[in-house]
Amino acid sequence: MSQNQPTALERFVQGILPENPVYRQLLGMCPTLAVTNNLLSAVTMTAAVMFVLVCANLIVSLIRDLLKPHLRIVIFTLTIATFVTVADRLLAAFVYPMSKTLGPYIPLIIVNCIIICRCEVCASKQGPLVAVADGLGQSLGFGLGLASIAAVREILGTGMWFGLRILPEAWPDWVIMVLPPGAFLTFGLLLGLVNWFNARRGVKEGA
Amino acid sequence: MTTMSDASGAAALPPKKGWRDNYLVQGWLMLTLALAFGAVLAAVQLALGPAIAANKRNETFSKVPELVWGRELAAKMAAEDQTLGIETRNLPVTQNGQTTYYRVYDAVWNGQPAGWVIQAAGQGYADRIELLLGLSPDAEQVTGLFILDQKETPGLGNKIAADPWRGQFIGKATAAPLAVVKTTADQPHQIDAITGATISSRAVTEIVNRAVADLKTELAAAAGKAAP
Repeated sequence: MSQNQPTALERFVQGILPENPVYRQLLGMCPTLAVTNNLLSAVTMTAAVMFVLVCANLIVSLIRDLLKPHLRIVIFTLTIATFVTVADRLLAAFVYPMSKTLGPYIPLIIVNCIIICRCEVCASKQGPLVAVADGLGQSLGFGLGLASIAAVREILGTGMWFGLRILPEAWPDWVIMVLPPGAFLTFGLLLGLVNWFNARRGVKEGA
Repeated sequence: MTTMSDASGAAALPPKKGWRDNYLVQGWLMLTLALAFGAVLAAVQLALGPAIAANKRNETFSKVPELVWGRELAAKMAAEDQTLGIETRNLPVTQNGQTTYYRVYDAVWNGQPAGWVIQAAGQGYADRIELLLGLSPDAEQVTGLFILDQKETPGLGNKIAADPWRGQFIGKATAAPLAVVKTTADQPHQIDAITGATISSRAVTEIVNRAVADLKTELAAAAGKAAP
């Protein structure tokens, strides 16, 4: 089990940049495009995903020796669905306005492939400590991706960050940035930038 | 194709099925987890259910003083710890043989009717718009408007929920239906349309007009009875 498997620290670090779920794995595109029109919803979504991912990873890791290959996906889904429902109820009870803003995107975390991917790749093969570190790293990476897109969209679309005015009132709000097309434009440009940066770095290291 | 897979399956499996191959035995972990998770979810619902229901109710209740008294008086009353008595009633309205119900909040202060808040809804540009409409006790004047739920276009239609636009309704007389105009409103019954969101503006105004038309007589009569 332990040979050639990454350690907890490696798993944690990999999730943030080298294997960033948004920019490197291109997973979880639905929330990436849908809830990034302001930073506050991006941060709330990240918190919900972190809760679900860490809990699901922990449970799956604890029962990993009992899993049967042909029934494992069902068990992953069952575990994820439970924690998503808990997260949804918690948001509705404690941050009700946010829960209304995010609407269906919280229940949709159930089908977020980042989580089932981490259960399959890491938690079903490694111990609880590694699985939790992996969950934290991946969700921080996811949050970084979401926040970077949301920061661009919110400031260009409304002149604000976290609902506080940053740009002067004279800024003509680029409404398209907070509409769905803005998500595709911003994500495409940022993804291109990340790829360009990586390619350039690769060339330098090779030379 | 079918026969091939059947043949290979039969070759791979032992001839007699043991108790270990039973579905229930195979799925014991899933069944146990389903029961455990079900219990967890039931506990979460028991613990948080009341708080969630209270959040929904409070969202409406917390708006009632502002809609009846206006923002300044409501803030002053809140500072003095004066609270409105709020009662809920469902009023039936029959039209074309169909009965619909309006939820109406009946605001009472010091035994006197302070005003009405009607919860009304209708089709907007993107989806249903749900709003709260404040009326004076005799139902002759609009005292406030609040958008509870809307999914109009961000940056355009969602301005219906912003203060400057919905503030226009405050003080409007309900004698004549309100009309949306694209040029600057200069008549007492006119409402300025939001630039780029005429349909959303009209939708809200229509909902207000319909609620007033449906309930005005009944509310005025009820208030008259309460305060002889």
